[in-house]
Amino acid sequence: MLCYHVTLLNHYSGVTMKKTLLFLSIMATLSGTVQADQQADQARIAALEARIKALETNAELLQAQAAQATAAAEQARVAIEELKTMQMDNTAATATATEPTDVVVEVPVETVAVQTESNANAFNPAISIILNGSYQYHSLNPEDYYVAGFASIEGTGPETQGFSLGESEITFSSNIDDKFYGQVTLSFSDEEAGVEEAYIDTTKLPNGFTLRAGRFYSDIGYLNSRHAHTDYFFDRPDAYQSFLANQYGDDGVQIKWVAPTDLYIELGAELFAGTNFPAQGRANNGIGAQTVFAHFGGDVGINNSWLAGVSLLNADSIDGEDGFTGNSKLYIADATWKWAPQGNFKDGGFLLQAEYIFDDRNGEYTNADTPIFSEPWNGNTSGAYIQGVYRFNKQWETGYRFDQLWADKEGPYASDYNPYRNSVMVSWHNSEFSLFRLQYSLDQPNETETDNAIYLQYITSLGAHGAHQF
Amino acid sequence: MKKISIPLLLIAGLISSQAHAKLNVFACEPEWGSMLQELAGDKITIDVGTTALQDVHQIEAKPSLIAKVRRANLIVCTGADLEVGWLPMLIRQSGNASIASGPGNFMAANQIITLEKPTQVDRANGDVHPMGNPHFQMDPYRLLTIAKALAARLATLDSSNAAIYQQNFSSFSTRWNAAIKRWDVKAAPLKGQKIIVQHNSWIYLNKWLGLQQIGTLESKPGVPPSSAHLAGMVNIAKTEHPFAIIRAAYQDPKASNWLAERTDVPAIALPFTVGGDAQAKDLFGLFDSTIDKLLGAAK
Repeated sequence: MLCYHVTLLNHYSGVTMKKTLLFLSIMATLSGTVQADQQADQARIAALEARIKALETNAELLQAQAAQATAAAEQARVAIEELKTMQMDNTAATATATEPTDVVVEVPVETVAVQTESNANAFNPAISIILNGSYQYHSLNPEDYYVAGFASIEGTGPETQGFSLGESEITFSSNIDDKFYGQVTLSFSDEEAGVEEAYIDTTKLPNGFTLRAGRFYSDIGYLNSRHAHTDYFFDRPDAYQSFLANQYGDDGVQIKWVAPTDLYIELGAELFAGTNFPAQGRANNGIGAQTVFAHFGGDVGINNSWLAGVSLLNADSIDGEDGFTGNSKLYIADATWKWAPQGNFKDGGFLLQAEYIFDDRNGEYTNADTPIFSEPWNGNTSGAYIQGVYRFNKQWETGYRFDQLWADKEGPYASDYNPYRNSVMVSWHNSEFSLFRLQYSLDQPNETETDNAIYLQYITSLGAHGAHQF
Repeated sequence: MKKISIPLLLIAGLISSQAHAKLNVFACEPEWGSMLQELAGDKITIDVGTTALQDVHQIEAKPSLIAKVRRANLIVCTGADLEVGWLPMLIRQSGNASIASGPGNFMAANQIITLEKPTQVDRANGDVHPMGNPHFQMDPYRLLTIAKALAARLATLDSSNAAIYQQNFSSFSTRWNAAIKRWDVKAAPLKGQKIIVQHNSWIYLNKWLGLQQIGTLESKPGVPPSSAHLAGMVNIAKTEHPFAIIRAAYQDPKASNWLAERTDVPAIALPFTVGGDAQAKDLFGLFDSTIDKLLGAAK
């Protein structure tokens, strides 16, 4: 536009006037163009303003939207937190978080089981450790101790005086696969470590049958299959010491069957190698002992439970620890009664328990000092114990046990005297996993001697939760 | 003698293998017995192993329970190690392969997510549950989830009655949801109120009703409280004014009553499971009674 004005002026005017005219015209055109420009700028500014305003509103809108989004996100976060704390099933939780009153809760079928870690350690067997220690005092020197009418079997009778690490043990147990369960118990006593039990059980046999193979304690009697740390007294009853060397265990196989009845009926039979007292020397081509047993039990009302059994241990021995070669049959009867208000024995109650063992043997006796001569050994001995335990509460219990042995009046260990023993104990449990026990025994093992024994003992259990056996 | 006994065992086994007309179900705790009753009614035979007045942590594997588990086609238990001291032993002693694992073994804890899984598992903290707090029967939502899974399980094991189990679940679900609404309204005044508990077994109820647990008498689960801890509880009760000291029906009232006498805070026993009091005849009664008793104490 400016160019056009200048050209026109140059075309019509003389040269002299040119400069003034040019100046004037420039001025004129300039003023004109400035005016025009101002108008255009104003329009542009207005347009820009409008755009800015539009942008501003847009931004506000965006801000609002952003705020809404943040709020929504926050709400979602809160809901998630709530979900986390409630940790409920997804749909159920959403329903409660939003509209707890109107939505019918929908639950999915069999929600997925909780995920567990999968690493090598996840398959470690359950490990349970029993730590056991004691202090004992005997008025009679343990080395002079003998029980009239019965042989001294290694590991029975009073141990040394003073402090000793009792039998501590480690048990590993686990399902092996879908058909087998395995368990091994290693024991550590004062000077030796050994495999106490190591066996496999079937878990998938039909109709209530179970097979077991390996080394294990026989299921005869009541106490025999139970580990000593679950006993109510420091030591095993005299009958168990004299007839079973505390507890009969061996290498072998077992079959057990539980009846599908209201009354608990368990029947079983076992074959053992015959390497431990009272079956020694692997007689019968390495099947030196056989057992059969039956256990029955049930409840009487809600406060009472009982268990009773009869068992037979048929043991063949060759050069046994007691000098016996021949066959002995051990008949065992056991009975247990527990009374506890509402059946909560751990909170207080009373236990009455007794066992009777009768030994009938036919064979011969050989004295280790004069092995050339042997004499016939046919006869009967027997023993029994009865114990009562009163549990005051979760922490305290007290008990009394009476032991009696009946000797044979004839044969290699003939005695007219029948040994007996009275024991009392008191135990304090800090929790299910630890106990301290004080026991006093007045023992009359033979006609002339008396042993006053005091035992102080702790038993603790670490690791996997032990079973509450009846 | 052994020669006779083995054939005898086999004969006995054959007799027992005759098919069961009805499903035999063993419930470890009364709440599952009641749930089974809702879902199956008389279509199954239900054996309940424990009562509301027993401490389920401490049950022994007694002969009568072995006999019951032996006959079961299905066991319904809490799981999460609540029964760790006795259930594994019952299963092994019973020699019953059908409930040892698989469909015959129903653990409620596996159907839901438990709270309070400890980050540190140490017996110095008492008899802790590594798999989380197993006392979830006091959460009506979790119960519904479990009921649905249980109905499906019953249908799997007893397909001839599958439709009935499903129908019963639908009916239960409708009534249960209605009951939850009712309980929510009724228990609204309890929200934010403070309580002291005897054993830490109420967290699910607390979460649901908004109760605020300010102390536990049994400071470590399974270990009786020390006198210093109890003295501390007296102070807490006096300064924070909880409206109740709560214990389960099976628990020894001594500790609760001791604290109640010293603080004027009422000690109340809640049923905790079906059969825990006269009103808790079934799952509905359990929650009715629990809320009534809490409201009664809150007045």
